[in-house]
Amino acid sequence: MSRYVSFRDFDWLLLVFVLMICGLGVMEIHSATVHTKFAGSHIRQIYWVVGGVGMMFLISLVNYQALLDQIHWFYIAAVASLMAVMIFGQKYLGAKRWIKMPGGNHFQPSEWVKLILILAMAKFFADLRNRELSWPDFMKAGAIVVIPMLMVLKQPDLGTALTYIPIALMGVFLGGMQWKQGLAVGLLAAVAVSAVFLVPRVHVLKSYQKQRLTSFMDPENDPQGTGYQVEQSKIAVGSGGLWGGKGSQTHGAFLPVPQTDFIFAAFSEEHGFVGALGVLLLYFIVLMRLTQNAQTAPDRAGTFVVMGVVAVLSFHILVNVGMVVGFMPVTGIPLPLMSYGGSSVLFMFMALGMVMNVRMRRFVN
Amino acid sequence: MFGRDDKVSGIRLTAAQYMILAIFLVLAYGLWRLQVMQSDLYATLAEKNRIRNVPILAPRGKILDREGRVIVDNYPSFSALLLRDSSRDLNADADLIAQGLHLDANEVRTRIRRFASMPQYQPIFLKEDITPDELAFIDAHRNELPELDTIVAHRRLYPRNGFMAHLIGYVGEVTEDMLNQPQFELYSPGDVVGVSGVERQYNTALMGKNGARRALVNSHGREVGLLGETDAIPGKQLKLTLDIDLQIAAEEALEGKNGAIVAMDPRTGEILAMVSRPTFDPQSFSVRVSRDQWSKLITDPDKPLLNKAIQAQLAPGSTFKILMATAGWQEGIAQTLHVNCSGSAEFYGRRFGCWVKGGHGAVELEKAIYQSCDVFFYTLAEKLGIDRISKYAAALGLGQKTGIDLPNEVSGVMPSEEWKIRNFKQKWFAGETISVGIGQGAVAVTPVQLIRAIAAISMGGKMVVPHVVDPQELPSGYVETSHVTETKNIPIDPSGWTFITDAMSRVLLPEGTAPSAHVPGVDIAGKTGSAQIVSLATRAKFKNSEALAQNGWFVGFTPRRNPDVVVCVLFEGGEHGKLAARIATQVLKAYVDKQRRTPSKLAERQKSDGQVDIGALWTAPASDKLETGRYVLDLPKTPTIAAIAAPGMHE
Repeated sequence: MSRYVSFRDFDWLLLVFVLMICGLGVMEIHSATVHTKFAGSHIRQIYWVVGGVGMMFLISLVNYQALLDQIHWFYIAAVASLMAVMIFGQKYLGAKRWIKMPGGNHFQPSEWVKLILILAMAKFFADLRNRELSWPDFMKAGAIVVIPMLMVLKQPDLGTALTYIPIALMGVFLGGMQWKQGLAVGLLAAVAVSAVFLVPRVHVLKSYQKQRLTSFMDPENDPQGTGYQVEQSKIAVGSGGLWGGKGSQTHGAFLPVPQTDFIFAAFSEEHGFVGALGVLLLYFIVLMRLTQNAQTAPDRAGTFVVMGVVAVLSFHILVNVGMVVGFMPVTGIPLPLMSYGGSSVLFMFMALGMVMNVRMRRFVN
Repeated sequence: MFGRDDKVSGIRLTAAQYMILAIFLVLAYGLWRLQVMQSDLYATLAEKNRIRNVPILAPRGKILDREGRVIVDNYPSFSALLLRDSSRDLNADADLIAQGLHLDANEVRTRIRRFASMPQYQPIFLKEDITPDELAFIDAHRNELPELDTIVAHRRLYPRNGFMAHLIGYVGEVTEDMLNQPQFELYSPGDVVGVSGVERQYNTALMGKNGARRALVNSHGREVGLLGETDAIPGKQLKLTLDIDLQIAAEEALEGKNGAIVAMDPRTGEILAMVSRPTFDPQSFSVRVSRDQWSKLITDPDKPLLNKAIQAQLAPGSTFKILMATAGWQEGIAQTLHVNCSGSAEFYGRRFGCWVKGGHGAVELEKAIYQSCDVFFYTLAEKLGIDRISKYAAALGLGQKTGIDLPNEVSGVMPSEEWKIRNFKQKWFAGETISVGIGQGAVAVTPVQLIRAIAAISMGGKMVVPHVVDPQELPSGYVETSHVTETKNIPIDPSGWTFITDAMSRVLLPEGTAPSAHVPGVDIAGKTGSAQIVSLATRAKFKNSEALAQNGWFVGFTPRRNPDVVVCVLFEGGEHGKLAARIATQVLKAYVDKQRRTPSKLAERQKSDGQVDIGALWTAPASDKLETGRYVLDLPKTPTIAAIAAPGMHE
């Protein structure tokens, strides 16, 4: 078995598109923060991207099959790190999500747990070689995801917890989900949603989370709260028009956190429909390129790894852009590659590292 | 076992791709909906979000006297205002705001409602001249009440103690009633306008035009940029015909009494002084007039808000005899009339008494004037008849507005047969003419009417329109008042008016009715009057009640020929005209002293002082401390011109 791996097989085209998105993100972070106390964030974002690219190369070198063999240890470590957050975590804005690292940086374990879950799902489904998914395996796959998910939900970080769901769904779907199981998933989702909204004694969500989820449906009703954020975001996007404007929503601080969660709104305001559609197109190209890599993966596990990344990335885009245009509630999910933030950027590049890892080994037999 | 090449279902991978495509189409539709279909709507919403219009208040013009000395100035103060461009529920915050600003919460809500129809960017003025603790409240609640803000306003600084208050008037926020009137149609709620006096009459010139700052604000209401600024256009300063020196003399002369004084230049109609007593302090209620204070002013029987110089309608008493004499002379009756006054006389079956119970004996016109013989003028009135009296009195401006450039002048009453039928549907009784002959009965005049009529006689028939602002001193295009410079000529026989004014000059001599008012070396001609209180309103109420004290009148001028100044004094409850005469001669003497540049009581004070300073109280923009300061008004340093501070102005 030849172990020859070359960077010639690295997906350079994918990297180019990814870096284009990052570049637009850095530009917009600069524009949105230049006159605020966050000025200079774009420089830090560049460092994160550079670091992320380095991380990506490093991860692409380690054979993913070797990683998958050790995945149960990683999974245990992931759950342990979430436990550590619960105990030692830094409370910030009412939520314990970060662990303070030596050197002053804050590490958010829930991000890298995503990566572990992608690999765990891949390993789990790669080892199942049935055409159809059995009910016990369906339940097991669910449990793998639900355990860390509940821990993240406890932080509380609803947004990140939700991003674990598409990993499970994508795994189950590609792993041969039966239509009855699909029905069960749909039913479960319906029950969960109605329980959250209709039964007052269910305290899974904090009241602010519930409010955030409901107010997007009627933003005018709550103009200064979360509905206000949705409303301001819609105003920002809408006032951008076809070709974009001066960005008064962004620069007047009407738009909440324009460098992170609402970066797409800020970008849409300044660059209009044409610019926003261009960014969506870039993401679409990246996603199509990723699925192509999934198809050419050397094995079942490789396909699952790449499609897990696709699932997470698509979900992020759906929820974030959906929130920005008023289709989705405010959940605090950043737009990958564009939003400011080390954890988010590093996760994305590590995930891409896994994809590269799989691709570079496509001819390995 | 399956091999490594065992692939994931290709169909499911393709399905995943189509799902991603579907997601992107939905998102693209979301963008299309906002950015293309509804972009106009959101563009206007964004515009509303970020632009705040903050008015820059234009200071009102100063008011100066005829020599350019400042009478009314401005001082800076803070006003609290409510910005409505933040998306806050103002009504919910009303209680906290009202508490902090010491206002009534319902009043705040009423104001918010009142402004509801105004454009959003127009702030609501809540309170003017706020105190340091109210300013501190606003500062401390910047986050809780981002809609509450302050603005530096220029407030009116009026002379103290009601000095010249009636003439100057005062300012106030434009009321809803006023907004419905055509002359206020260009104003908006919250504008400060002149409410009375010169402030109202010349409001358009004094007011100026507010500017505006169009500022870019962020979601916290903080300004993050400036879009544009329209400078405020300050109001034009207004020069009155008033002479502070004479005004001071008049104010001092009437101190502690009720009534009015008008001093006028008979050649031009320029008002040199105008006093009405009791007075009010415009400062105290142009800032913050409480309901109690206001109702006290309104219900006070002495009517402190009334400018009696133009708004009191009273019987002129014996001062009317000058008009009678003029009418009688013109008709060829007075100069040949000889009457024996026995203290009373009977007309139409009713006995009419003279004010001298023992009678004047043989009386002709001259003696009848300086002795003010009632019986002579009863007889003259009987011979003239009401319509001939009325014709001359009306020609001299009685019973009609003078056209003075002050608001709310009243017209008085000059009765005639036709007037009686029109107003009372009754025939004129000849007996009523007898009372009119001595300025009683239905005849009612305002001081400014009387001064105008006597001035016309003293000028040989030249009738002027009294005015407080020379139209030539007005900034062009503001107010059209050219009518005040028009003069009329009433033909009066020269031998007649010279005879009458000569007789008037004996009023202040030992044989006259007011010898105690004599001023040595000053040639004053005048006429006293003592009138029962018979205005239209009181006539109905009191039916010539004897219980009410008589009003003293005096109209006099100096010099006897080609007079420079006419003074009319109304001394309410003064009982006798000679007391009014003493007041009038004080004013006339002050005028003459100033003309002759002789040292007087006033001039001495001027030497030691030379400046007028006005105390003021305000909160400085940089701190919330209440500061006091003085405005020093430099008076002309010509040492011989008498110039001192007004009674209310100096320490």
